[in-house]
This record gives sequence, C-alpha cells and structure tokens, in this order.
Amino acid sequence: MKIITLVKQVPDTWSERRLDPETGRVDRAVSEAVIDEISERAIEAALALKDADKSTTVTLLTMGPAGALDALRKGLSMGADDAVHIRDDALQGADVTITSRVIAAALLRRPWDLVIAGNESTDGRGGVLPAMLAERLGVASATGLDSFELTGGAAGGDLVGRRSADGVDEVLRLGFPSVVSITERMPDARFPNFRGILGAKKKPVEVLTAADLGLTDLHPAVSVVSVAERPPRQAGTRIIDDGSAAAALADFFASRRLI
Amino acid sequence: MAPASLIDTDSKFDPDDLELRDAVRSFCDNRFRPGVSEWYETGEFPVREAARELGGLGVLGMHLTGYGCAGSSAMAYGLACLELEAVDSGLRSLVSVQGSLAMFAIWKWGSEEQKAHWLPRMARGEAIGCFGLTEPDFGSNPGGMRTFARRDGDDWVLNGNKMWITNGSVADVAIVWAQTSPQGDASGIRGFVVPTDTAGFSAPQIKHKLSLRASVTSELVLDEVRLPAAAVLPGAAGLRGPLTCLNEARFGIVFGALGAARDCLETTIRYSREREVFGRPLAGYQLTQAKLADMTLELEKGMLLAIRLGELKDGGGLKPEQISLGKLNSTREALEIARGCRTILGAAGITGEFPVMRHANNLESVLTYEGTSEIHQLSIARAITGHAAFN
Repeated sequence: MKIITLVKQVPDTWSERRLDPETGRVDRAVSEAVIDEISERAIEAALALKDADKSTTVTLLTMGPAGALDALRKGLSMGADDAVHIRDDALQGADVTITSRVIAAALLRRPWDLVIAGNESTDGRGGVLPAMLAERLGVASATGLDSFELTGGAAGGDLVGRRSADGVDEVLRLGFPSVVSITERMPDARFPNFRGILGAKKKPVEVLTAADLGLTDLHPAVSVVSVAERPPRQAGTRIIDDGSAAAALADFFASRRLI
Repeated sequence: MAPASLIDTDSKFDPDDLELRDAVRSFCDNRFRPGVSEWYETGEFPVREAARELGGLGVLGMHLTGYGCAGSSAMAYGLACLELEAVDSGLRSLVSVQGSLAMFAIWKWGSEEQKAHWLPRMARGEAIGCFGLTEPDFGSNPGGMRTFARRDGDDWVLNGNKMWITNGSVADVAIVWAQTSPQGDASGIRGFVVPTDTAGFSAPQIKHKLSLRASVTSELVLDEVRLPAAAVLPGAAGLRGPLTCLNEARFGIVFGALGAARDCLETTIRYSREREVFGRPLAGYQLTQAKLADMTLELEKGMLLAIRLGELKDGGGLKPEQISLGKLNSTREALEIARGCRTILGAAGITGEFPVMRHANNLESVLTYEGTSEIHQLSIARAITGHAAFN
C-alpha cells in the first residue's frame, strides 16, 4: 500500500503566537516553528500500517517555506520513506482554496492508495482541507476518525474508521483510493531513534514549485481585509485574605452575575 | 537565558550531534523525568524496561560501530550522557555500564563470536551487561585483585568476589576480570564473558544505599564458575584491558556530571525568581546572584573542558590524564554546584519535590567511582611531574 501523509509546520503551540497586523499572516519570527502534533499522529498512523506490512510505503507531503523541511525531516526520522516539499514564495498566505488545489495537483503526480491528514492544524484550524482534496480528486473521504483499521490489502480491501460526534458513535467503511483525517484520539507519535535521525538526511525529498505542478493562476477565494490585535488584558482583581476574602469573592462573583 | 547557553556552547557541536542530543533530552523528559523521584525514594528502578526503551532509542553502545550500534561521534555520546544525567546519575550509570564498560569490553577485546552473540542484543537493551573489576578490598588498586581464574583442561574456573557492580543483579552477562597468574603479576589479568546463569555465579543486590538509589548495585559472587576457553576476551591482557574500558566510561561522566549540575542550576534559578523573601524575589539579592553567577561560570568552564576532550576523543588522541582532568573537574564542580543550589532552595532543597538533593547525593558516588578524585589528581600530577605517586 502507498500512503501519503500530509504534514504541516506550525508555530509552537506552547510558545507565544501572533499574527502580523500588516499582512494578517502568521508572524514566524515570534515563535519556533514545529511539526504540528496532529501531523505527527497522522505519520504515526501511517507508520503503524507500515509496521504491520513492510511493503507499505509512507510519503510525507507538505506545502510551506524552506524551514518546513525540518518538519519533513522529523517525519522521515520517525520512519517515513520519502517526502515532497511544495515550496514557492508565490504560495505565501495561501487560503484553503489554493492550498487544496496545489496539494491535489501534487497528489495527481504519483500513485497512492491512502492519504492521511490531521483533522485540523493548530494554526489555521480550517479543518476542511482533507474533504476539499477528496472532492477535487473525486475520491472517498472520511474525516475526524478516532481510529481506523484496514481489512484486506489495498487491492479490494477496505478501510474501516470510527468517529464519535454529538453522542453518536459512527463506523464508516470506504475503499481506496481515499482521503482520511484523524483526531487527537489516535495514538501518540513514536520517538525517532538514532538510526532514524541519522538516516533521515539521506532520504529523498522532492521539491516542487507551483509552476512544476502546472499551476499559475492562483487566487484566494477569501482575502483578509484587516487584522487588529485584541486589546491587552486588564489587570485582574487581587483579593488579599485578611478575613474578608470570602465576602470579597462572593461580591466579585455577584458583580459578574455568576452567583 | 539558560545558564548552559550563556556562551553558546551549542555552536561548537555538529548539527547531527545536536539532533541526537535533543532526541535524548526529549525522550528523557517524557519517559524518565516524571518517575525518577519516586524510583529514587523507593529504591526500585525498572532497569529492564528502561534498558529496552533506551535500546529502542539507540543510546546503548551508541558510539560503537557495527553490531546494531549507532556509530555516533564521541561528542554525541557525551551529550547523551549529559542529558541522561540531567535526569539522574543512576540512569546515566545504566547507560555507561552497558555501553562503555560491558559492550565496549566485548567490542574492543572480544572475539567475533562474542561480539555477534552479545552486542546486537545489548544494543537493543534486551540483554543487560555488568562489569566486574572492583573487589571488596581492591578499589583504586585493581591490580591486586584476588578473583582468580584457574585453568582446568581447556576450561577456566573462576573464584572470587566483585563489589559495587552496577546492574549486577539484573545482568544477563558479566564481564569479569580475574587474575590468571599464581604469582599475581598484573600482566596475568584477563577478562571473561560470563553468562549470569552459569552455575556458581550469583549477584546479591546491595541495599540501604543513600546515593544512586535509582540504580541497581550488586556484589558478584563467583564460586567455582566453570567457563569454556571461548569465554576469555582474546584481545585483553593485563590491566590495560579493564582500564581502557574505564576511560570510555569516564569520558561519559565528564559530560554526565555537568548534566546533573545543569539540572540543579536551572531548577534553582527558576526557584529563586519565584520565591519571595522579605517581599521580593530571592533572585534579586546580591548574595544569591553571586552564587548563581559563580555556579554558572563553573558550569560553562566545565562544558568548555568537556567539549575540548570530546574533540580530542573524536580526533582519536585522548590520553588518560586528559580524561582525568575532565572527570575530576566535572564531578567536583557538579557536586559543589548541587550543594550551592541546595542553599538557595533552603528547606525545600532537601525534599524530593526538587531534584537538587537527589543529584547531590548521586554526585557523592560519581565523585569517587570510576576513579576517585584523588586517583585522578595523581594521574594528572604524574603526567606533569614525571613522578608516579602510585603504582
């Protein structure tokens, strides 16, 4: 089975994150760029299939600036076979319409059975890319899976996924090729070992531009009109317990209509 | 700014080495740091599980080549030791003994059969090794060892006791050094690869330790242990055999002890910034600042020395007295840093809530094992004076 896992590099969730008010885009200077945790889980899901069937290949695919190569290297050090890096300054600030067009075009360049993506990135949080890709490619899609397994091989086999929403547990079955997205309920990513880390540098990474994909006429469907920072938080109310704290707390809650 | 980055020592390292270092750090923070205080308090360290996890990561015998070993630089091995010991000296001891003593002895002095049989399993952490040199009455003077290997036909029969053996009770294989010369000539010392299920071998655990509690320490008892001729390490004759292995482990300690010191210092800086005394942070007082500055200076100086020794080792020319400089400095200064940090933490410093007292207690062992401070002073002084104050 040939699997392509979508990878995104994002500003570290654990550090400060902000948008550049001029461009409305992520200010990459203020926080460290890391591989999105949900991408790591998606890679883990792919590698688990490779563990079970050694003939499975796992290709990583990302669209991002030069630094996004680090995210691909992380995935390669975990055990993925190779990677595709779509890197083009013209794609800066792309919306999901453009991103889905570009990634769909890249996916059309090579054979695959299954695309695995995270359900949404921690920065853009669109959550629609996997479904848009499936729509553009005309293949089956199941999003937000909490778990999935394969029944049979790529030829004639199925993927059975489970997800829960609004108190309902769903079981979905789909054939190949297909696009799935997974949630944080999927297993944690494995740690890359030394052999993986040292070997990752030798694994092939194909670099593509939008022109390589035959895409020249890229226009966002949505444009950001303005970005304004939220006003800074006011200092909180400090209650010193000199015997009156209970009453002061109660008054505070009452003033907010919380009690 | 972190105390360990004030002079940007990271820029001295190869990017590959830094990647391995970062992998060990994040692995240790995730898998070992959460449980270490409890292991230390109970004295129950899950060695087998830890060894398998470390083997999976690739740390065990990482600087050796072939036989499933990662083949990293010596510098990367040093940095891995630093990160391991930042969690606990016991954890680093496990890795030192496995990789630098037991595996290294087989890798350096062993036969092809011994290497093929043991090294891949040891690299994966599926087989645990220990290293028996020290005896109850022979520590700094191992040449006087009483453990004796008697020739009986083609076989060897070993009798004797080894003491303070890390991982002894959990080991699958023991590298045991024994005298074969009835006259006690140091040149008669040989190394033996002893499967621990051999009849006559036992390894009672040493209890009631107040240091290295997250580490298994044992006695080895050899009572008419019969071994085939193939059990001897063919490449090792005399004290040079075990001492070469010890130099490998000591190199790891040069970096490792600084990891414990870094953890103490980072913990203490954090604490001093949060802890208020007389209405303002402890970190703002001149006496505290002087302590923190001095300790940071010693840590950075120690790093520079360690890095220099790493360069020499990767260049293939690290001498014993150079290792002695690093081992002496790192352990002595790390212990001073741990104690200094403890004074800033006050009473909180003696609890298991903070790692400082645990590191300090561990470093008391690290100061004297793998060559006491005094032996390293003598080794350095012998090199600069030309006079040997010991044999």
